[in-house]
Amino acid sequence: MRRDDIALGSGLTTLQITGVGKTFAGGTVALQATDLAVAENDFITILGPSGCGKSTLLRMVAGLDTPTGGRITLDGRTVSGPGADRGMVFQSYTLFPWLTVLQNVCFGLREKGMPLAEQHDIAHRFLAKVGLKGFENHYPKQLSGGMQQRTALARALANNPRILLMDEPFGALDHQTRELMQELLLGIWEDERKTVIFVTHDIDEAIFMGSRVVVMSARPGRIKCDIPVPLPHPRHYAMKTTPAFAELKARLTEEIRIEVQRAAGLVQP
Amino acid sequence: MKPLAPVEPGTRAVLGVSFFLVFFAVWAAVTFGGLVPRTFLADPLTMLQSGWTLLTQHGFIADIGMTVWRVVGGFLIAAAFAVPLGVLMGAYKPIEAFFEPFVSFARYLPASAFIPLLILWAGIGEAQKLAVIFIGSFFQLVLMIAVSVGNTRRDLVEAAYTLGALDRGIVTRVLMPASAPEIAETLRMVLGWAWTYVIVAELIGASSGIGHMITDSQALLATDQIIFGIIVIGLIGLVTDFAFKAANRKLYPWAQLK
Repeated sequence: MRRDDIALGSGLTTLQITGVGKTFAGGTVALQATDLAVAENDFITILGPSGCGKSTLLRMVAGLDTPTGGRITLDGRTVSGPGADRGMVFQSYTLFPWLTVLQNVCFGLREKGMPLAEQHDIAHRFLAKVGLKGFENHYPKQLSGGMQQRTALARALANNPRILLMDEPFGALDHQTRELMQELLLGIWEDERKTVIFVTHDIDEAIFMGSRVVVMSARPGRIKCDIPVPLPHPRHYAMKTTPAFAELKARLTEEIRIEVQRAAGLVQP
Repeated sequence: MKPLAPVEPGTRAVLGVSFFLVFFAVWAAVTFGGLVPRTFLADPLTMLQSGWTLLTQHGFIADIGMTVWRVVGGFLIAAAFAVPLGVLMGAYKPIEAFFEPFVSFARYLPASAFIPLLILWAGIGEAQKLAVIFIGSFFQLVLMIAVSVGNTRRDLVEAAYTLGALDRGIVTRVLMPASAPEIAETLRMVLGWAWTYVIVAELIGASSGIGHMITDSQALLATDQIIFGIIVIGLIGLVTDFAFKAANRKLYPWAQLK
């Protein structure tokens, strides 16, 4: 398989979102009925202003929130609650502070009842992948924010989920660290060929990471457009300065700008 | 001095000890200087001398041992029931809804007011002392532990769910370890309160213990012995507090990290 093919996915739908919406108890519509199909090995970035319901959509896929309408299926099975088949990396630092880095990565494996030696083999492999060899016995609070998120990524990947859900995972990091993390994650995705949904409000990040960018409108949230990213893999950070990238960025900036203005109440919906 | 600026560990120790010295100096000044009659307040030296006599000739060691045994016993019984119930209440909201209103009410029932009733039921033996400590600490422990467990960071719980944890795993592998340092801290605090209850129980009806020695001394107007007894209680409290803190640091090194 050529590298380019990875970006397009194999065409088989892994995750199917059909008419999924969320209305809060007070009557606020967080997300209008939404359809989205995610193909095997796809890397989808969901881009939108704050409060557009993009995190809500991701949390419903994870099973942490319940949709008020519609259906989410993973490999044909309806999602009814959280499970190990949908790994998640959160924006907040969610490593268990009482466990070491190694124990954190083993958390899900231990829950599956895997023998300890096997847990450690897998954990060491993924810790090496995220560049944290030698930090196995550190506690999360002894790590920088970037290292904590890398551990969280290793922890999610070690569990071998069908789909990886990422909710602005690099949102709390400084700009330089964030760029390093993007390259690292992209490299891992090119190797592991995981199916990923990645939520962000950073346009550069959405284009650089994704094979498709799904743009969401301001509250009430809905999918505004779904734009393929025809950039080849493997991607290098220098790609962010190419004309093709700039052209996509200009288009998405326009799409997003009007939504941000609407969200800020600067134009009438 | 600047607001919130930290103090050197050495300076901290010196400052902490110096107030003890100031306290004893003022005490010595008012007693030796004759400002306070000896009938009301013994001087520090007499206090130490009669303390020594108590320990060496009147078997006060046995009284101290008795009191420590009662506190530890009553407190362990209370903790053995309070910790599991508190964890369950923190984790499962219907259980909390069932017990919480009653426990909130019960914790305002003064343990010392139960003493006459408990003497009626259990006599002045050990069961009565243990019951006073139990009533005094159990309800406080339950509520504080339930709050600690219930305040576990939601995002950690969610992360565990997405890693495939089931409800049982959430309780044993997230809620309990996350709140363990706070539970240990609660135990340390409430153990301090248990000391108050045991002395009150011994003051009212007992044939041994530090509180019993204090009531006996009252009859003899032996203020030196009373003060010695009080200081012994304070010292034991201080030592157990230090031991508890050291144990917590050792058990939960991750909770000390900033």
